[in-house]
Amino acid sequence: MSRECGLLLPRVCAALAGPRPPAAADTCLQKLLDWLGELSEAEPGLKLLQDNPCLAELLAAVLALPEPGAGLLSFALRLAGLLAASESAFQHLQQEQLLARLFGEAGPRAGAAWADAAVRGAWLDGARSMALHEPALRLLCAHGALDVIFTLQGDPSLFVASAARRLLVHTLSFSLEYEMPKAPGTRVCYWPPCAQVIVKHIEDSLQSSSVSHVKQSLKLLAGLFGSCHAPWTEVLWSGIAKQVQSFLTEESVQAPHLLADLLLNMSRSPVFCEPESSFWPLVTSALEHLTPVQAGPLAVGILRLHKCPQDVRIQAVTVLLQPMDCILRAASQPLEYSGLLDESVTDPATVESLLSSKSSCASLLCQTLGHLEELLSLSHLPVDLPGTSLLRSVMTILRFCNGLLIPTSPLGSKISQTLIGCFRVQRSALDVLAVLSEQKGCDVPVESLFDILLSYLESPNTNPMVLKKSFQATSKWLVCLPEMSCFSSQWQIKKILQDVFLVLQKRLCSPCWEVRDSSLEFLTVLINGLRDHDEFRQTLLSSEVPRLTEDLLGDPESYVRASAVTAAGHLILVTYVAPESPVTGNQYNKENTVAKLQEILSRDPEGFPRRAVINIFIKWLRKGYTSLLQDTEQFVSEVIQTAERDLDWEVRLGGLELVEVFFVQTFCRCGRPKCPYAPFSPEFTSSVCHNESLQVFCRAKLFGFLFRSLCDCDRPVGQKACDILLAIRSSFYPSNSLKDSQDPEEVGHGIAWLQRTLRQGSLAQTFPAGSSHEVDFQDPESMLLALGTIDLEELHDDLNKSSDHVEKSPQSLLQDILAAVGAAEDNEADCY
Amino acid sequence: MKLYCLSGHPTLPCNVLKFKSTTIMLDCGLDMTSTLNFLPLPLVQSPRLSKLPGWILKDGSTFLDKELKECSGHVFVDSVPEFCLPETELLDLSTVDVILISNYHCMMALPYITEYTGFTGTVYATEPTVQIGRLLMEELVNSIERVPKAQSASMWKNKEVQRLLPAPLKDAVEVSMWRKCYTMPEVNAALSKIQMVGYSQKIELFGAVQVTPLSSGYALGSSNWIIQSHYEKVSYVSGSSLLTTHPQPMDQASLKNSDVLILTGLTQIPTANPDGMVGEFCSNLAMTVRNGGNVLVPCYPSGVIYDLLECLYQYIDSAGLSNVPFYFISPVANSSLEFSQIFAEWLCHNKQTKVYLPEPPFPHAELIQTNKLKHYPSIHGDFSNDFKQPCVVFTGHPSLRFGDVVHFMELWGKSSLNTVIFTEPDFSYLDALAPYQPLAMKCVYCPIDTRLNFIQVSKLLKEVQPLHVVCPEQYTQPPPTQSHRTDLMIDCQPPPMSYRRAEVLTLPYKRRYEKIEITPELADSLVPLEIKPGISLATVSAVLHTKDNKHVLQLPPKPPQAAASKKRKRVSDDVPECRALRPLLSGSIPVEQFVQTLEKHGFSDVKVEDTAKGHIVLLQEAETLIQLEEDSTHIICDNDEPLRVKLRDLVLKFLQKF
Repeated sequence: MSRECGLLLPRVCAALAGPRPPAAADTCLQKLLDWLGELSEAEPGLKLLQDNPCLAELLAAVLALPEPGAGLLSFALRLAGLLAASESAFQHLQQEQLLARLFGEAGPRAGAAWADAAVRGAWLDGARSMALHEPALRLLCAHGALDVIFTLQGDPSLFVASAARRLLVHTLSFSLEYEMPKAPGTRVCYWPPCAQVIVKHIEDSLQSSSVSHVKQSLKLLAGLFGSCHAPWTEVLWSGIAKQVQSFLTEESVQAPHLLADLLLNMSRSPVFCEPESSFWPLVTSALEHLTPVQAGPLAVGILRLHKCPQDVRIQAVTVLLQPMDCILRAASQPLEYSGLLDESVTDPATVESLLSSKSSCASLLCQTLGHLEELLSLSHLPVDLPGTSLLRSVMTILRFCNGLLIPTSPLGSKISQTLIGCFRVQRSALDVLAVLSEQKGCDVPVESLFDILLSYLESPNTNPMVLKKSFQATSKWLVCLPEMSCFSSQWQIKKILQDVFLVLQKRLCSPCWEVRDSSLEFLTVLINGLRDHDEFRQTLLSSEVPRLTEDLLGDPESYVRASAVTAAGHLILVTYVAPESPVTGNQYNKENTVAKLQEILSRDPEGFPRRAVINIFIKWLRKGYTSLLQDTEQFVSEVIQTAERDLDWEVRLGGLELVEVFFVQTFCRCGRPKCPYAPFSPEFTSSVCHNESLQVFCRAKLFGFLFRSLCDCDRPVGQKACDILLAIRSSFYPSNSLKDSQDPEEVGHGIAWLQRTLRQGSLAQTFPAGSSHEVDFQDPESMLLALGTIDLEELHDDLNKSSDHVEKSPQSLLQDILAAVGAAEDNEADCY
Repeated sequence: MKLYCLSGHPTLPCNVLKFKSTTIMLDCGLDMTSTLNFLPLPLVQSPRLSKLPGWILKDGSTFLDKELKECSGHVFVDSVPEFCLPETELLDLSTVDVILISNYHCMMALPYITEYTGFTGTVYATEPTVQIGRLLMEELVNSIERVPKAQSASMWKNKEVQRLLPAPLKDAVEVSMWRKCYTMPEVNAALSKIQMVGYSQKIELFGAVQVTPLSSGYALGSSNWIIQSHYEKVSYVSGSSLLTTHPQPMDQASLKNSDVLILTGLTQIPTANPDGMVGEFCSNLAMTVRNGGNVLVPCYPSGVIYDLLECLYQYIDSAGLSNVPFYFISPVANSSLEFSQIFAEWLCHNKQTKVYLPEPPFPHAELIQTNKLKHYPSIHGDFSNDFKQPCVVFTGHPSLRFGDVVHFMELWGKSSLNTVIFTEPDFSYLDALAPYQPLAMKCVYCPIDTRLNFIQVSKLLKEVQPLHVVCPEQYTQPPPTQSHRTDLMIDCQPPPMSYRRAEVLTLPYKRRYEKIEITPELADSLVPLEIKPGISLATVSAVLHTKDNKHVLQLPPKPPQAAASKKRKRVSDDVPECRALRPLLSGSIPVEQFVQTLEKHGFSDVKVEDTAKGHIVLLQEAETLIQLEEDSTHIICDNDEPLRVKLRDLVLKFLQKF
């Protein structure tokens, strides 16, 4: 703790417990607690208390107040817990019975403030921070704290209830691990009394006829098994397993979600995961007895486990696949595609009844599809899901949803009636469809798949969000289309692409801007994925899409313009990759596009399109498509001059990134390795290369931009500029060759001024134009000198400090609290 | 309560409701799909149409070749187009008391009813309905009359001949009912019988029922109707919309507690969402114009066109179409655009508030001001001087059989750059295009029908909860082309009653009460007697006076003074003779106490038998039977009057008199 803080703290403590406690916001007190917490972690708690007796005095003073405010009392409880975390500090505080008075029966528990949830929460937090040693535990047990915590589990405030559960979990595990560190007894009766009380409470609540008690216990157990994986948990489980099992076999399962949570947490514990563990049959039973909606999350959790018996896994898969299987059967698919599941392993009656009910059908399907998407997105799924059948089932759902499917079974008719036009299910199904494109080895009915996707893309009834998802799914499938072994016919690909571009064309003319925007994004994704594919390029360039995209650069909606910029920027790449493309009548004019993009960068009134332009320019330069631009140096120079004037800091930052890429590439041309940290060969340092690069940078007016950016009013811009300058300097001055900072008076004209200006930290100041200190940013020698002279490291450190680093200091916090007291007094005086 | 169904078209209804003593016609829609069987009426001589070959029967007979022409495998009647009228034979239409019109599309048959059937009643409609209805009729008459056709075909209608014709002529129904278009004098005469009403205005019909128009949200001035008496309520829902377009929103709350709800005029394209269709319309329009093509939009001069113009107003700049001219050609174009701006009170809230700014409620005013939208009465005259391509033309008639649209079809049909976009849902676009085949022009079908769809209907019915729903039979089954779409039908409990053309439905609602008033003097004379706590009864002797379907109980006249005058006793017709009043009895007879009473009075051999309806008390010695039932008591004894009187008095002791 700094000296200043040490002086301020007693005044703050006195003020807090004084007659006019500051009306400081709770956040101030919380910050104070955070700071004191950091201090108590850094040095022993006892020392902190001894060095700052004001802390204990504060606690005593709060206790002495007749009716302390809820805020202050909460603060005191938390502070006491924090300080008493070490045993020595605990003893120190207990000399005056401070802790017993705060956490005992006569303390806040008996006062009016207890009605405030914040006080109850603080009491629990304080107790939790303190309960890290035996004396604290004894204190709590001795003062009937356990009963209070048991009661607080059912607190109306969810925060309090959850804190109470966490405290119980901690108390139980701590008492066992602290008091019986080696081998907690194999029977509960050998456990410490405190643990026994808690276990007894759990057992009693589980057997209670009150549903809320049962729920509380299940939540407590879920928390316990989730956070504690010690062997003694098995002993605890053996005492309650039967009771929990009985819940599952009841006619209507109580608290099914809590049961599923509990089992899931247990399944992740190494204590129970052995295949022969008696716990697994219970999971199987849960998967069987809970309804598919209730069992879904449990099944997903089980399938993510890497250690789990195969039969449980199969049961979990069954839960998730059953609705999909029912869909396939209800749609009366031709027999050659049998359902997903063998009829012998599943009783579809429950799922069928859920699917045939209007209220549950959509939610069951959405949940199942959500789970499947989650599982299919995992890189290492320990179980194989039947990709092809799932794909068929998802396609069936999508056909149900747009009314294309003519069901023949009664269940099919009911499902169809519910699903037609159901956006929720459409969205989820399209998500799964997109993920399925990544599944290898699917036997894909490509034509019907694209028929469905195109029907969604074409239909005017498709909701904009569903359309976006359809675009996403279509792009994913299209991108992997050329790789599919089962589908190599070029003309088929061409046909599909033609259809897609026809739809895209229409969508690009949509009056709804969201649709135009998603269409352009779709186009960009397609170009990124299929740029090298001949059929794709030909079909794209012979369609109306490029012309429409260019038209959309002038769209009234800025988001659309931004997407059009990105799409147009990518379209150029298509012509770049295949300039020889036999496109007739629809020549895409790249010079024209570049000019248009530059125009947008300098003129567009909105930030998004300008940001998009600068990003596209960076992409072009980074990917080395420099032949798009006749003169890269000239181009970069023009762009950064425009970007520098931009009011949007992201555009200015983009300009700096462009400079960075340009810098790396210029050096690369001189033979320097791309990575700025790689050791470079001695040839590189040859003065020829130096001079050449330096002159290029000066001609392109990069230095002026970089140095001025150091003073940018937005910190990220300054930081970036500094990083780039440091990188440039390291290229010109090998690390060992840098001399100590020169005396400013010795360095060249203007540089001294520049250095002073930068050093003064007046970074918000702009460079005065036409002053006598003008620096020639285009003079290579001056710039080399500036790089060597200016202490960029110091600047870098300054820039890295956040702008509120002064306000964030503990000293400032303490002053704020004191000022609040002062302000309160002033206000009082004003009243007279 | 009976419903006579005169039209089979679900969105162009014509029904007659007999309710209490009134006969009310609900709408009189004109089915114009019959015109699709006729050749188009070109404004300018069309060599193509005039050269079409006459149709020859399979056996080579050519007697129909003047009447029927063949075009691309279809056969058309070469005559003035004719319309299918509502049934006129099902009941005597001269007995119709009033006609209630729900919107301007549903009044197109009005001149046929008011001018040809002896109708003498009143027609009720809102002001915009009348004015825009007039415009539609004017346009129709004008389009047909300005292309006079010498020939009128009738031979093909002969039943024997019709059987030999190819489809769809062969299957055309009620061809004998098809009539030529009415004339302007008939239109004017029909419209003069209309009395204009405002929303929620209560109109008394002969004191028997009250009718009230409610906003239906579908078109300017469109209404649903409530027809109610004191104890019954019938709602007539026809062409309603819940979408936020230009008209005032639909009034749903007033439809609650209906005994019968007659539901017609739902969307004709339940699978097409209007928003999506507007998007489709704009996209196709933009694509065509960008490629240098022209766009033709066959439409009515009022209705969806206002919304389309509003949508285009917002869209044309974003689509780069600012320089493309939009033409609206109709003999009533100017009136339609101007009328829309003056009916502020009939518009949705947003548009109403604009009027107070003051700004025109519809943005098409600005389109006209900036010369982006131009309107002309016909293709002749100014239009031909201003005409620039590529352009967008809105013109009628959507059937493509008459009106300026015929000219544009002939003009633009040959180029694949042009597009015709169908937005009106009333006609099958393929049938409409049939006489123009082969056609190079692109065709896009974007039917925009803002009327209720089945999901909205099901929500509406849940909310309104009518006891019975009556609807056209088309709404009780999935559409014939999509028989699996069971979501496209009305789903309610109890299932709706359906009707078809020329059917008479007895509505399932029985009238049980009638309101009768009593005069204050009579009320004063009543002496109520409380027979149970809270229930008092009084006997009333009065004269029931009924006039104009209102019933009043009045004091009976004083008894005639006996022989006060020497004049001959006049037999009075309206004063009934008053008899002396006998007291009314009430209560029940407790059997055990009755037996005890009998015994007290000396009847010793009393025997009681239980029967299904009550008891029989037997006095064996006296050979007498007393039958006690819930609603009757009989004393049966053989000619022993004193005994009967004695027993009667014993029975009466147990009963209350008043």
